[in-house]
Amino acid sequence: MAPAGAVDSTAPVPDTLQQRLLACTGCHGNEGRAASDGFYPRIAGKPEGYLYNQLINFREGRRHFQLMSAMIDYQSDDYLREMAQYFSSQHPPYALPQPIDVPKSTLDLGEALVKSGDKSRKIPACAACHGDALAGVTPAIPGLLGLPRDYIIAQLGSWKSGARRAAAPDCMAQIAERLSTADIGAISAWIGSQAADNAARPADHVTEPLPVSCGGVPSSVDSH
Amino acid sequence: MKTKLVLIGVLLLLALAAALLQRHQGDEVLEVSLPSSESPQELVARGQYLAQAGDCVVCHTARGGAPFAGGRAVPTPFGKLFGPNITPDAETGIGDWSADDFWQALHYGKSRDGHLLYPAFPYPDYTRISHADADALFAYLKTIAPVHQPSLEPQLGFPYNQRPLLALWRALYFKPGAYHADAQQSEEWNRGAYLVQGPGHCDACHSARNSLGATVDGNDLAGGVIPVLDWYAPPLNSHLQAGVGSWDLQEVADLLKNGVAGHGVASGPMAEVVYNSLQYLSPADTQAIATYLKTLPAKAQDADGSGVAGMSTAERERVLALGGSLYEKRCADCHKASGLGVPPQYPPLAGNPTVTGRHTINLIRMLLNGGFPPGTQGNPRPYGMPPFGESLNDEQAAAVLFYIRNSWGNHGAPIAPSEVNRNRGAAID
Repeated sequence: MAPAGAVDSTAPVPDTLQQRLLACTGCHGNEGRAASDGFYPRIAGKPEGYLYNQLINFREGRRHFQLMSAMIDYQSDDYLREMAQYFSSQHPPYALPQPIDVPKSTLDLGEALVKSGDKSRKIPACAACHGDALAGVTPAIPGLLGLPRDYIIAQLGSWKSGARRAAAPDCMAQIAERLSTADIGAISAWIGSQAADNAARPADHVTEPLPVSCGGVPSSVDSH
Repeated sequence: MKTKLVLIGVLLLLALAAALLQRHQGDEVLEVSLPSSESPQELVARGQYLAQAGDCVVCHTARGGAPFAGGRAVPTPFGKLFGPNITPDAETGIGDWSADDFWQALHYGKSRDGHLLYPAFPYPDYTRISHADADALFAYLKTIAPVHQPSLEPQLGFPYNQRPLLALWRALYFKPGAYHADAQQSEEWNRGAYLVQGPGHCDACHSARNSLGATVDGNDLAGGVIPVLDWYAPPLNSHLQAGVGSWDLQEVADLLKNGVAGHGVASGPMAEVVYNSLQYLSPADTQAIATYLKTLPAKAQDADGSGVAGMSTAERERVLALGGSLYEKRCADCHKASGLGVPPQYPPLAGNPTVTGRHTINLIRMLLNGGFPPGTQGNPRPYGMPPFGESLNDEQAAAVLFYIRNSWGNHGAPIAPSEVNRNRGAAID
């Protein structure tokens, strides 16, 4: 029986998503902010459609991280949607960028690929889809700011090797296939070293048609 | 090589003899399909319900694949088997099967062409499914969308890949049968027993298996480590290791239907069972199952006891202090300083057999991997537990576990840091 003074056990559990989703913030940081030291990506403020698509991708085996899949395998689509909504509406401050020690030429290559792409190799600019501010575009294109360098390397590498997939047509797989490992190193170093603007929010539309069709972004498939 | 050939020759002869013997036995209980007084819609609806009660979808659906189209690997100590396509596709599924073919598979463990089925398909339980229920299941499966997807061949080591040898296994461990109602018990109890021993095939996890993968003690449901998956399916017949003997009937029914109850939550493979299967059962059926489980004869169980021999008082104090300070920082917000938790959101650790029991796999995995209880109709938005595997090293994790195993009146042996380490990176699903 309760020892004397164990009043704590009678306090009701807060009926909030914040309380329910402590399992997520254990790795992704308070409110999904991530941290500057690690691997786990920031999920706060990412467009809801993107977050939901990723939860489904983990459940259906298009993304592979057992710990993550086991977390959400036995939850309803409705609850997964709620989780996505919750984290998309959080806008905690970004962590400071990581100190990254690479030659200036690497950062220059990264910046060029992110902002302009490389037409000769049919590599579109990251910014063409992820927004000029790289803050993503609603409803389903993620922001890239605040992602740790290691995470970006791992994701681009996984796309290149086929370990990470998305609903077809898998646009990022097509793009990653055209990237060399040096490109991936440069892109991730440049993005990882950028200070993010805490006021940045996903854009509500892209200015041009997307340069590629993406299964996760139904409007991009319709327009091609 | 020569020895191997001789061995296989002898085994095949024995298998042939066993097959002949069994064919004879089989003939004696051959039944024909019974006419059903239900409307076709009622028959299909009952079949769908039974398919849920049997959790057919779990082995017959690959991750991200079409339901019932097969392809999920079922790992066993003998190799991998893959749930086959049971959609009504004529070429790759069961579209060409008759109700009698289906009955033969369920009741006798034989495929349409007569080849013997591996008992990863739990026909030692399904043989108790009534003919009327088998027909309903078949009627339902015929209504799902056909998917053209060839089934995958088992990947088994020698000699388990010699399918005819199954006749030997069957001679030892399988007899076609039926559920025989116990007239001394209520109708409710019998319904529960039928669901548990037949379609529910609970013993597939909750009874121990011998070296040939058979549940030798039948439906004693005394618990066991699930081979390869390495989760401990607790005994359902004892209060010492998460058994249900000491639970209220309603709590047992709640756990089955909602995935959470006053004393614990469904986790690991049981979360999957609740999510895909048990949550869809009628309250009357979950009550019936609980009623039956509560009457299972308890076996003398291996209580853990304090078991701290070899640990000096000073060492014990040191580990408890380390574990206690970590508990206060990481665990007490939810599970409370009192260890009482806030059920059903946060289960109590005090007096919790999963915490104190001798089998510590589940406890270690919960701490390392965290997780959510299954999202169910009765508990659609569960509260989750973070994984602590990355923020606690082996020694810290072992200390927290020792602390919760030896606080609030709990008594449990220490868990070695190496044992924590062994469970890092274990397959989670």
